[in-house]
Amino acid sequence: MFKANAKKWFSIICAGTLMAGLLAGCGGEKKPATSGTIKIGANLEMTGGNATFGKSASNGAKLALKEVNEKGGVLGGRKLELVVADNKSEAAEAANAMQKLATQDKVVAAIAPIASSSVMAGAAVNQSAKILAISPTASNPAVTVDPATNKVRDFLFRATFIDPFQGSVMASFATADLKAKTAAIYVDNSSDYAKGLAKFFRAGFEKQGGKIVIEEAYLQKDTDFKATLTKMKASNPDVIFVPGYYQEVGMIVKQARELGLTVPILGADGWDSAKLPEIAGASALNNTYFSNHYSPDDNSPAVKKFVEAYKKEYNEMPDAFAALSYDATMMIVNAITKANSTDTVKIKDEMAKTKDFPGVSGSITLNETHDAVKSAVIIEMKDGKQVFNKKVNP
Amino acid sequence: MDASSFLHQLVQQLINGISLGSIYALVALGYTMVYGIIKLINFAHGDIYMLGAYAGFFATTILKLSFLPALVFAMVVAAVAGIIIERLAYRPLRNAPRIAVLITAIGVSLLLEYGMMLFVTPQPRTFPAVFSATVYNFGGLIVNSQQVLILVTAVFLMVTLTYIVQKTMVGKAMRAVSYDMDAARLMGIDVDKVISYTFALGSALAAAAGVLVGVYYNSIDPLMGIMPGLKAFVAAVLGGIGILPGAMLGGVLLGVVEAMVSGFFSSTFRDAAAFAILIIILLFRPSGLLGKNIREKV
Repeated sequence: MFKANAKKWFSIICAGTLMAGLLAGCGGEKKPATSGTIKIGANLEMTGGNATFGKSASNGAKLALKEVNEKGGVLGGRKLELVVADNKSEAAEAANAMQKLATQDKVVAAIAPIASSSVMAGAAVNQSAKILAISPTASNPAVTVDPATNKVRDFLFRATFIDPFQGSVMASFATADLKAKTAAIYVDNSSDYAKGLAKFFRAGFEKQGGKIVIEEAYLQKDTDFKATLTKMKASNPDVIFVPGYYQEVGMIVKQARELGLTVPILGADGWDSAKLPEIAGASALNNTYFSNHYSPDDNSPAVKKFVEAYKKEYNEMPDAFAALSYDATMMIVNAITKANSTDTVKIKDEMAKTKDFPGVSGSITLNETHDAVKSAVIIEMKDGKQVFNKKVNP
Repeated sequence: MDASSFLHQLVQQLINGISLGSIYALVALGYTMVYGIIKLINFAHGDIYMLGAYAGFFATTILKLSFLPALVFAMVVAAVAGIIIERLAYRPLRNAPRIAVLITAIGVSLLLEYGMMLFVTPQPRTFPAVFSATVYNFGGLIVNSQQVLILVTAVFLMVTLTYIVQKTMVGKAMRAVSYDMDAARLMGIDVDKVISYTFALGSALAAAAGVLVGVYYNSIDPLMGIMPGLKAFVAAVLGGIGILPGAMLGGVLLGVVEAMVSGFFSSTFRDAAAFAILIIILLFRPSGLLGKNIREKV
């Protein structure tokens, strides 16, 4: 009785000192527990502007843990539990959510947010609490490599390829498959993601002997693109590359087609949304292609099995966020099994060694900067439907 | 670029600019009418435009109305909203300092934006295709049926408005109140009623613009009114605030300038150009293109 009370008081005091960051050893448990459920955190965008992304990702992670638990759990029968913390799609909240997962919930590892900026905001917490975080989708290079010191953040990982790869995949696709000699770039100037992609597309396209004839920019929330598209049409490009998010991309594609621009339009994973055909119109989207992490139409056995299980559980098609989050969770489980312990540092060491891990989104190997080296898929839009076009290996 | 293709581009950009400009003109008319009558820059006007777009959206999706009834429905909803806003937010401040009313207008604007976000979620919505887009090609010049629709609707509404203001009793009362509110009251004009009419008319025009934009760009969201609201304000100042033909001229001119800047210079300078116009006009011709320099009544 007294002991329980003392513990209660201790944890209240601990909570009080939370801001001081003294919590590494709080709770008096120096050694990791050897029985009971193991908690895995998920710091995700459950509300706010990116709420649909966060929901898909938490569904994917939950499905992964459910499957593992049904097969008897890990480390000799211990069950896994997902603790979801909402970061409200905001970078500042992401740091708080990671702090909560590390200190209150005492997770052994965590799924990091979807957005690169939010992952980076929580990175310091992961580093000091020595708990690994793996983002399903954050593709900005600075997520795993601290730009200030140029050193790898040893507790941060990602289950996705980075932007340079995606940009160069689309450049090769344009020159090799679409036989394009000239290209126009229309970039979302308010997004680092889009600007990075534009840069790497240009580099790749020029390296293959192509020429960028015109580069123009727009801002998020713009609605009228006709003037710029008219100008683009005059320079007669073979393809147009539009890195950006589906909202503006939909309107750009619609208006381009209305102006009689019939050339292929290319993009990247920001296009992946059921809203895209609604905004652009199904026929306008014909002859457009974008790179993505996975396609539910891919007929590899792993994808088929995942799509079936996901549909049974949630009654909807899994998007790329669900698939990547499923993979990230399975990579954590794999690292725990290999470490044969819940010691967070050992789990981190095993995670860094991940090689040829068979994920839904392809075979995943983590390189020395903790980026996943894996294949991308190219999706073609046909009558408003996403159709698997080809898989590109690194 | 050779001469013929340059000319071709110029005309195409003119078409793009005029269709964008007629939207600005419709919104600018509301600004100008309200300013003309109570000397208030109604910063909530851009959000009335958003409200109108949503009313049109729900009219077509839930009530299953076709384009014209949906347009009328949206205009009525926005007119009522305009009257309510004037009654609740501006009328109690009729004799307050002008800055207090201006700040209230900003407050109303934020209330509408975030209130709508609460009710309809911040997610953008896709406007249903109530008016199919046929593309006409005149020797390489592309005109879309929706652009024609925007232009025709805008011109029709402007003509109607001019008729109301110039030829009807209500219009006469409006002009009287605008000229001298106290004298108008002494002549037995119900000033409050006339101001309500003005808000209703201006709001209805903004709602029409909102529905047209929804049909044309296919996407609406609760913050869609901010930028067009500011641009329409620039248009109103450009033409001479308080002057109806000035708002129309300013709107179309601004749309054309934007199209030309993105077409012949760089798309990144487009918004900069719009606001540079505002600064230049305020510096060199504060009463606008069609305005006369009159001393303010003291």
